Amino acid sequence: MAVAQAKQDLTEARLAGLEMPAGAGWATEARQGALARLRAMGLPGRRDEYWRYTDPTSLTAAAAPRAALFDPGDEPPLYDGIDRLKIVFVDGVFDPAQSDDLSAEGLEVERLSDAMAKDIHWARDLYGVLEARGQVPVARPLAALNTAFATDGVAIRATGKVSRPVSLIYLHRAETSDAILHHVVRVEEGADLTILENGPAAARFNKCMEISVADRGAFHHVRAQGRDHERRAVTHMFARLGAESLYKSFTLTANGVLTRNEHVVELTGDDAVAHVAGAAMGDGKRGAFHHDDTVFVTHDAVNCESRQVFKKVLRNGAQGVFQGKILVKPGAQKTDGYQISQALLLDEDSSFQAKPELEIYADDVSCSHGSTTGAIDETALFYLRARGVPKDVATDLLVLAFIDEAIQEIEDTRLADDIRLRLQQWLERRRQG
Amino acid sequence: MLSIKNLHVKLEEEDKQILKGVDLEVEAGRVHAIMGPNGSGKSTLSYVLSGRDGYEVTDGTATLEGADLLEMEAEERAAAGLFLAFQYPVEIPGVGNMTFLRTALNAQRKARGEDEISAGDFLKLVREKAKALKIDADMLKRPVNVGFSGGEKKRNEILQMAMLEPKMCILDETDSGLDVDAMKLVADGVNALRDAGRAFLVITHYQRLLDHIQPDVVHIMADGRIVKTGGPELALEVEQNGYADILGETA
Repeated sequence: MAVAQAKQDLTEARLAGLEMPAGAGWATEARQGALARLRAMGLPGRRDEYWRYTDPTSLTAAAAPRAALFDPGDEPPLYDGIDRLKIVFVDGVFDPAQSDDLSAEGLEVERLSDAMAKDIHWARDLYGVLEARGQVPVARPLAALNTAFATDGVAIRATGKVSRPVSLIYLHRAETSDAILHHVVRVEEGADLTILENGPAAARFNKCMEISVADRGAFHHVRAQGRDHERRAVTHMFARLGAESLYKSFTLTANGVLTRNEHVVELTGDDAVAHVAGAAMGDGKRGAFHHDDTVFVTHDAVNCESRQVFKKVLRNGAQGVFQGKILVKPGAQKTDGYQISQALLLDEDSSFQAKPELEIYADDVSCSHGSTTGAIDETALFYLRARGVPKDVATDLLVLAFIDEAIQEIEDTRLADDIRLRLQQWLERRRQG
Repeated sequence: MLSIKNLHVKLEEEDKQILKGVDLEVEAGRVHAIMGPNGSGKSTLSYVLSGRDGYEVTDGTATLEGADLLEMEAEERAAAGLFLAFQYPVEIPGVGNMTFLRTALNAQRKARGEDEISAGDFLKLVREKAKALKIDADMLKRPVNVGFSGGEKKRNEILQMAMLEPKMCILDETDSGLDVDAMKLVADGVNALRDAGRAFLVITHYQRLLDHIQPDVVHIMADGRIVKTGGPELALEVEQNGYADILGETA
């Protein structure tokens, strides 16, 4: 079907401001392929079913809307006490001065442009490849745009058990920065890698990560999306999992005018496990808050397990969206699929929209999903207050308790505790105004 | 300590008068018991005093050491020294019992302008108090009241009372759902807290709790009023003859 003229115009207007970076033949081919995909799909508009609950206008506009910088005050950096390999991007540009030496045992890290300059590189099998696979059955044009025009990123290959997490730190320094980052990650057979991400990144951020986990490999991902009130972000995680592999991802989001996090996970080897979790805390008081988790998990092997756990706490007109799908392909017997999305609405102005979907083509599977939207438990609130805990503190205690099920998906307890502590501090700061 | 005068209360959502003029004076160092049949307003009295939403005071006053309770938020009443041991302690998944106790204790201290208790002192205190109530480390670690048996929940209430050291303790049917041994344990916990500066209001259906927590004064409540007041012998009379006799007398 031809792309409607309005959509074509929108797409071309955006493309006019972008320049495709140079690279080796395969890289250019990958980027050209993505550009062709993008043109065939067109950028998303409000009428697209997949964008029914989230307005993509500011993500597709030719220029990034301005976003004021956020001052975290004396707040210590996230993961501060954790020994990690730091890779810093400032407004989407790799900053070697602030980054650690990109080497560690069992690990190869290269800047994307270096990898793409080489005629032969493992990244060739991944870059734009998983993204292209992820365009079916639902189009993800902003990911194709990313593949075509990403200006920076890293290629990370884990060959063994990597003791230090790789920590990708995104700093936002310019009010109109418009960053497009693309990372490729390959976890080799039996290897184990943890990637941490944090920071608001830019006024507008389009980030894509493609992850291939080979048989018996393990990939852990803990992400904290920064607290800039005015920033916008669209992110895609494309993962392909081998037999007996493990994939665990957790995302914490606080603030942000607009965040759309897409997760596309394909379980292609038997006995693989994928857990995708997220916690979002939004306050519409300081500008808008709109947070969208869109997850698509495909079971294409026997005896795999997938779990989606998403929690949102919304107040002062904040909006939450969850679109989650489990697709069980023919032959993917003994699939164990679970999905839960829950929202805690702290007032009547906030809203949550959920679209859980199951599509199953195998007969011996166990899949369940649930979604709830509710207010704070008044009985519990009174109990806490009757013991002397002020209403706002009591509310925050219940908020933390509500979110904790998602945090429990983080396997490394140090990281989980760090996230918990950070949430507590943020809530405390919020209370103090 | 606690002074209630002509208290009239109705449900906020329906036009139903529950308390119809309660008068009660509880002096420091004393244990008062309120007995009465179902629906007499005993639990409503405890909720209104502790500040639960859903009730409207249409007349009368309630003060704690002269301070107007009805003007305070629930947490302010707690910081002022009022404690309600719930008939049905609330389960709070995700909030650890220890976190809950420490947050409550520190919130009250802060409200009174005192320093927060150190983590070490808190731990020592809670272990000591928990031991007396046979509350093990596991119960302290678990989320508040989640998966606790009826007896464990009530013991947990008494632990909170022991930690928070309130001046005025209201026990709302603390005996319900307890077997004899658990009741003894709870009663011992309460008795350990009795002193000249603290008062108790024990709300119960039955006389048996009062065998263990001996009251100084017993009130009979019916149809939203206190209809009879006497010594401990009044509780025995209820046990032997039921409420009908006494209520018949006063009618």
